[in-house]
Parts: sequence; C-alpha cells; structure tokens
Amino acid sequence: MNKQTCDFEVVYNISLSDDYFLLKLLAEDELPNISPAQFVEVRIDGAPNTFLRRPISVHDVNYEKNTISLLVRIAGEGTAKLSQINKGDLLNLVFPLGNSFSMPDNDNILLVGGGCGVAPMLYTAKYFMNFGFSPTFLLGYKDKESILRSDKFAKYGNVFYTTEDGSFGETGNVLDHSLLNSDKIHFDKIYACGPQPMLKALGNLAIEKNITCEVSLENLMACGIGACLCCVQDTIDGHKCVCTDGPVFNVKKLVW
Amino acid sequence: MVNLNIDFNGLKLKNPVLTASGTFGYGLEFEDFVDLSRLGGFIVKGTTLLHREGNPYPRMAETAAGMLNAVGLQNKGVKVFCDDIYPKIEHLNTNIFVNVSGSTVDDYVATAEMINELTNIPAIELNISCPNVKEGGMAFGTSCASAEEVVKAVRQVYKKHLMVKLSPNVTDIVSIAQAVENQGADSVSLVNTFLGMAIDAKTRKPKLSTITGGLSGSAIKPIALRMVWQVAKAVKIPVCGLGGIMTAEDAIEFFLAGASCIQVGTANFIEPDATIKILEGIEYYCKKYGVKDINELIGSLRS
Repeated sequence: MNKQTCDFEVVYNISLSDDYFLLKLLAEDELPNISPAQFVEVRIDGAPNTFLRRPISVHDVNYEKNTISLLVRIAGEGTAKLSQINKGDLLNLVFPLGNSFSMPDNDNILLVGGGCGVAPMLYTAKYFMNFGFSPTFLLGYKDKESILRSDKFAKYGNVFYTTEDGSFGETGNVLDHSLLNSDKIHFDKIYACGPQPMLKALGNLAIEKNITCEVSLENLMACGIGACLCCVQDTIDGHKCVCTDGPVFNVKKLVW
Repeated sequence: MVNLNIDFNGLKLKNPVLTASGTFGYGLEFEDFVDLSRLGGFIVKGTTLLHREGNPYPRMAETAAGMLNAVGLQNKGVKVFCDDIYPKIEHLNTNIFVNVSGSTVDDYVATAEMINELTNIPAIELNISCPNVKEGGMAFGTSCASAEEVVKAVRQVYKKHLMVKLSPNVTDIVSIAQAVENQGADSVSLVNTFLGMAIDAKTRKPKLSTITGGLSGSAIKPIALRMVWQVAKAVKIPVCGLGGIMTAEDAIEFFLAGASCIQVGTANFIEPDATIKILEGIEYYCKKYGVKDINELIGSLRS
C-alpha cells in the first residue's frame, strides 16, 4: 500500500496519430515501485462534462529520470482535453493503482495488445526484461498507419503484427495470427490487454490449449481505489473490483 | 484556535466532517491518503442482513458535474462486517457509523441489533433511501407511514445514536423528517442520491444495467442545500447535510443552511484526500471571518 496523489510536470506531449498521443510526466519526488499493468487516475481540469478522473495504464517508467509515460487514446471529451496539455503544465495523478501481471517462469511468454491495449505491454516487457525474461509481442492494429511506437517495442523483444486490412504483418486480428494457430503453440504464458471480445476469444483459446493467460481489463471506473464498487467484473468468486482486485485477472476466474 | 467540536445530539464529534456511505468503503481504502483519526467520523458502506452481490455491470455513468451509480448495496452482510471488518477498524479514533439497509422491517431490526453489540460503533445511519434496490430501500423512505414503521421498530432495539438518511425522491421531505423525528430518531442525514437516468444516443441503450440510478456530485448541491434548509427549520433534532459537497465553501453553505455536520461523498472519488482539504478549508474560513466556534455558523443564514 503506497498509493499517493501527486502533481507531475508535463515533459512532452506528442501526437502520434489522430487518435493517440504520448505524455511524458516528471515526478517531483522519487517514484514508488510500479508493477506491470498498474494504472494511474488522471484528473482532467477544464472539461465541463468530465467530472471523474480517467484511468490510464502506465506505458513506461524511467526511475533514473523519475518519469512516467502514458500512451493515450482520445476516446471522449476528457481524453480530448488531456491531449491539449502543454509542456510545463501540471497534471495530477493518483497512483500506482491496481494489481499486476504475475512474473513469468521462463522466456516462453507472449504479450498481446490490441489497439490501445498495446499501451501497458511496453512497460510489462521492460519490467520482465529486468528480471532476465525476453518476451515475444503480438500487436494488433486496424492498419499500418495505426501502428504505435514500433521502434520502442522492438527494443524489448520480437514483435509480430496483425492489421485488419493486411497492410502490415498478417491479416486480421491477433487471434488470426499464425503464432496462435499452429498445432503446437510454444508459449507457456500469455499476457493480454485490448478490447474485451479479443480478450475473451484469446482467453478461450488459452484455456483450450492449457496455457496460462492473464488479461488486463478496463471497465468503467470512478474512484480507482476500491471504494465506489462501480467497476466490478463478474468472476467465479462473485463481483470483483477491476481497480483493486484487477485490472489483471486469470481468464479462468472470469465469467464473461 | 477555532472550536470545531460538535455535540451532535449527544454524540461528540471532534469536527463536522464525515464521509458519505458508499463513497468511503470501510475507511481502510483511504488510509494511504487520509489520517482517519482527523475525521469527525465516517459512515461505512451500506450493510444488509445478508450478503448482496449488487447490480450487474455497468453500474456507473458520468454526467455533467456528477455521476449516476447503480451499485445496489453490494456488501458481504452484517455478520461478515461484525466478524471480519469491525476488528480492523474498531481501534480508529473517530466516530464510525454503520449504514444499515434492508428489504423488510425485520431485516433492518436484525441488522441493527447486531450492530448495537459493537462497542466502538456509536451510531448507525438508517438507510431508508437507497434508490438502487428493487425491494425495500427507498420504498421505506418515500412515505411517512413506512418511514415511521421502520424507525419505530429499529428504535426499540437500537440503543445508541440513530441517524436516519432521507431520500430526496419525495414530494415533501419535511414531513418525512418530522415523521422519523417523532419515532425517536436522534438525527437525520440528507440527502441520498436523486433518481436519474442516462442514455447512450449512439446505441440507443441505457448506460446503466438497471436503467435508472442515483445521481450524486456537484450537480445536486443546490437541491440538497434547499432540502437541508427546509428540514433544519422544521425539526428539533440535528441535521447532517450532504449532496455534492466538493469544497470547504460548499460545506460552509450547508452549515449556514442549518446542518450541524456534513458528509463528503462523491468528492472522495476525485480527490481521495477531499475530506482533509475540506476540514482544513473550514478552519481557514473560520479564522478568516473571525468565527471562533463552528456552532456559531449553524443555521445562521442571513436574510
């Protein structure tokens, strides 16, 4: 338990495409340890219809420079307002929130991201690499133009792509990729984040093939600290809060 | 030094800042952000006789200056509260109220009887105003007769401070407040959430699984304030005011309207340390305007 509220200074705000932007944020005080798949709750000031904070996963952490990076999709008024923030502005975060992906046992791990779900996979790979594990990525996008930070991901492992229109990598979504469709899948553990239909299909595949699979969910949320009970996910143990019991769940626990 | 102590009809509060049920968990969720002993008190999550899973997801919709929720009193039941949760919070140096809800009068009575046995729980907040459960809840708080019935029955078994939380979803909140006062309530808290609704225009579907839910946040403050003002004038027991309090100035407005103490609710979701900021802001206001005792402010609206 080391959650805190903190003002960060915006180091940069880079537009990556029409829908995505990348924020680098500098903390005044030393950052606490942040685990893969943990998230922050960002306060959005100056957007009249944005009352609550926005939960956003941690994309990258640099402990030497005391910075956190957020890869954000413009999904509505709140994130649109956030996309206009400038270098030097202050941004208030509640963090670090949620549980985390479990540690791998070996290198046979696959990190799967679909669309915005690629965001937590960069830090996850970096974190695992610090413990000597080298992951494989499978990242799914709409088309070649939508691909985010390919050079950065390539630093931490082999990257395979799917695009819906076939303009880069294999055609279709991540479930269609040959990595997941050979008779003998050589992964022992799959970590995934993305749209729920993708996670569900991937989870079913993993259960069928007897592969451990952990998914990071993004249910609608208010407080982020387990008080409001709004973000609940149905599990075999009843309703669980995605903000504190998750965002990571083993797919075997989920009722969906 | 400003005196912030309140005598809340026999219950001593070190200051008038409490938290609203369902927005502060069991207090423990906020320990990283708030020194709980600084609070006048906190009101734990709505507790029922038996375990409740609550309503299906989605349970929340953001609205202009507020939010709708349809949690539906998810809790593990009073026995788990007494056995597992109470031992973790009983040492806290503040007033802990248990918010008690039920589907039948017998449920309320049985739950209140068990809470009555807990030494370090000096009060309950009787919730006759939850808009998010099909049976009971708000139904008890929307007619004088049913409000009287449940308060009378609980009063017979509950020997400590009995605060009754009123629903704003009524024609005349004053008559309900007077009805519960007549049955022996020690105080009233108001208001619970306003019944509301949100629709996704793109999908043409309701945003909540239950279609309707309870509206809270800044949006409801003017209505809550008006109701507190009306009720405070009409009853002799003290009033605990809540509804959209986000800042110290909001809290001061409730004191002026007649509230003896206030509850911070939805603000906790946005600023986990909102209670402390509001408490410090109240003290600052008092110093700035030469108020030596917070009690001077209560009901001192000038007109």
